[in-house]
Amino acid sequence: MGVGLLAILLIQVTVDGIKWLDYQFLTSFPSRFPYKAGIKSALVGTLWLIVMIAMVSIPIGVATALYLEELSRKGRFAKLIEINISNLAGVPSIVYGIIGLAIFVRGLGLERSLLSGALTMSLLILPVIIIASREAIKTVPMSIRQAAYALGATRWQTAWAHVLPASFPGILTGVILALSRAIGETAPLIMIGALTYVAFLPVGPMDSFTALPIQIFNWVSRPQQEFHELAAGGIIVLLIVLLTMNATAIFIRQKTEKKLQ
Amino acid sequence: MMKNQNLTQNDKIVDGQKFKDEVILDIDKVTISYSGNPAVKNVSFPIAKNRITSIIGPSGCGKSTLLRSINRMNDFVEGVTIEGHVNYLGHDIYSGEIDPVEVRRNIGMVFQKPNPFPKTIHKNISWGPLINGYQGSTDELVEKSLRQAALWDEVKDRLYESALSLSGGQQQRLCIARALAMEPDILLMDEPCSALDPISTSRIEDLLFELKSRYTIVIVTHNMQQAARISDYTAFLEMGDLIEFGVTDQLFTRPSKRRTEEYVTGRFG
Repeated sequence: MGVGLLAILLIQVTVDGIKWLDYQFLTSFPSRFPYKAGIKSALVGTLWLIVMIAMVSIPIGVATALYLEELSRKGRFAKLIEINISNLAGVPSIVYGIIGLAIFVRGLGLERSLLSGALTMSLLILPVIIIASREAIKTVPMSIRQAAYALGATRWQTAWAHVLPASFPGILTGVILALSRAIGETAPLIMIGALTYVAFLPVGPMDSFTALPIQIFNWVSRPQQEFHELAAGGIIVLLIVLLTMNATAIFIRQKTEKKLQ
Repeated sequence: MMKNQNLTQNDKIVDGQKFKDEVILDIDKVTISYSGNPAVKNVSFPIAKNRITSIIGPSGCGKSTLLRSINRMNDFVEGVTIEGHVNYLGHDIYSGEIDPVEVRRNIGMVFQKPNPFPKTIHKNISWGPLINGYQGSTDELVEKSLRQAALWDEVKDRLYESALSLSGGQQQRLCIARALAMEPDILLMDEPCSALDPISTSRIEDLLFELKSRYTIVIVTHNMQQAARISDYTAFLEMGDLIEFGVTDQLFTRPSKRRTEEYVTGRFG
């Protein structure tokens, strides 16, 4: 049933949007004339976001998971952090938008920049990355840790040299799924004030930006039929970006798993 | 059974005779509990240098727990408490000044199931020495360790293949080579042959015989024939109590306790 509905939706979107998908669509800035409009700035903004979110959230998320699983003492404090992380994973994304607006845009004075957007999105997906990484770390057999400890390795050396590489495929899957979620999110970006009409490309992390979901949202909310079809074209592009990321995850995972066996 | 616990190391008395070998490690009134339940109770016996000491006993008698206390591997199990002393070269390894990591560098361990790292054969052996500051040639070290473990000829052409491509017996010898690469004083082995076939087992037993001249070996086994074949000294544990400790030949042929006799003749266990 769900798969059927999804298929119908996908077909509908493809039928609507396919005729707008051409080189011009990918390389033009938004415009109030549908035949001149494109998603260049939104696509580039989204790519910027992916890279920046990855750079912020992966090191922090994986380090946190590693700390909680391997290095910290299993006490009340660890339990408390654990419960909080699970709770954070369930907080609506708009709330993260408000936090981002208050802390990054206003508090730290980062303005409505790519950096604000990336930091806000990183907050949003950190709990997901931490939880997925911890699950991956838990699947590493105890015997590997014991082997390392018996050679006079410290907890840190063991975690870095053996636990992390062995759990890498699982962590990678979690990270890419989390990043996919981040690039599909609209609410926090609207909240922190991503622009909807951007006729230039961002050249640095402090520039203002737009992103694919924002552009799609903008087009859908216009009355003209042509813009709705443009939105469908944008959705196709977004889906292609997502599928590419997931395919990359599967590819890297299979490669590393083969190497391990 | 030791008659007098208060003697100094070189005057150990075993079975009424002076303990004639040099003592490298002395287990002194050790009690180990899991969340308050004692698994090993007030056990004392010496480990002789360059000899093989085996610990035997029925399942669940605490022999693995006792073995793991010798290199502080119990530190990683939650709820374990230990009383008493384990004196290694005159230092109690449970005293506050001793770094457990340092203990494990000198007292290596081979586990029940072969547990090579999912990396190359070369890396499996070189990693331990490298993290501990080894400066020399890793190739030489790998060859030397693999030769000591009688594995070199079988793997010399595939050192950069995954260790997981080896058979179970080869993996266990790789784990022995990995432990030997650290040049430990003592090698602890926790039922190293229990997951292996008889041919692999006999190869490892031959190997232990050769290693004896350079290392001190403590082996836990549930296989009494194995203990009788390879070890110089044997400790018999039951329900956490040390029933008897002595020279292997005597313990198997003229045990001083009835319980030991029943066990070694196969009447229970």
